[in-house]
Amino acid sequence: MSEAGLTLGGHGPGITEESPFAIPSKKLVMWLFIISDAVTFGALLFAYGYVKNASPDWPEPFRFSPSIINVMLMTFILVTSSLTMLVATRAAKEAEKARAIRWILITVAGGILFALLHIREWLGLIREGVRLFQNPWGSPMFGATFFAITGLHLAHVIGGVVVLTVISLGYKRGRYNSDDVEIWSLYWHFVDLVWMFVVPMVYLLNVSR
Amino acid sequence: MTTTDKATSSLKTDLIVYSCILALSGLQVVLAYGHAQGMELMLRMLAVALVQAGFGVMYFMHLRDERRNLVLALIPATVFVLLMMNMIWSDSFRLLHMRTPIK
Repeated sequence: MSEAGLTLGGHGPGITEESPFAIPSKKLVMWLFIISDAVTFGALLFAYGYVKNASPDWPEPFRFSPSIINVMLMTFILVTSSLTMLVATRAAKEAEKARAIRWILITVAGGILFALLHIREWLGLIREGVRLFQNPWGSPMFGATFFAITGLHLAHVIGGVVVLTVISLGYKRGRYNSDDVEIWSLYWHFVDLVWMFVVPMVYLLNVSR
Repeated sequence: MTTTDKATSSLKTDLIVYSCILALSGLQVVLAYGHAQGMELMLRMLAVALVQAGFGVMYFMHLRDERRNLVLALIPATVFVLLMMNMIWSDSFRLLHMRTPIK
């Protein structure tokens, strides 16, 4: 048997099947994670809708000022951070390391600002008397669902901020490459997309008129 | 087209998509203070959010540039699972209309 045949038969290194999706396995894993996370958020939002539908006294506490203005500002910051992450990814693909790192760090700053505004929003509601299982306005489940959904999203943002910081430092040192920057940019865009469903479902359907 | 031209063109597309997503977010706020209520308002909001998500997935996450079988492997399964979750709605309305009245 030839050497090539032996290598094929033994599944040796260097001879591997082409990826069915023509993307690196790390990127495929990220896509699969995103899909599973989308279903998790979907289930939470459906559960939220279920509880809201089944509660005749669901509160509508979000006033235009400060809540909705704050949410609009948070949306602007998060969508803008997606744009800066796109610029960073493109710079990394063009091997412009310094520019890519600068734009990743700008994205991280956007994420931190978003998290701070989110915590300010939470503290405002807590000061008004919202707790996990009680609030001054109506259905006691409001706090539990609100904090669960926005909390999970906030955890994703904070996780993203940490990972992007690690990636930028690793990319600077040569530990990570442009593929890693691209793969984690997918995660960051996903966090942005989830927010586009959280805002209407959790905030805008409960505005105080 | 040179590399610089391509980069400029891509940035222009990104900026257009970014503006569209922000404009759609603004539209959601306008809808929230409009005359629509309840289920009608929720459906309108979700329709706008789906368009935003579509823009994000296709342009920001570059799914439109990937091989078609990746799209076919990811999207239909996700949409199917999310649609199946709709099964719970009828039970939530049953709870609302057949519940024990609050004392």
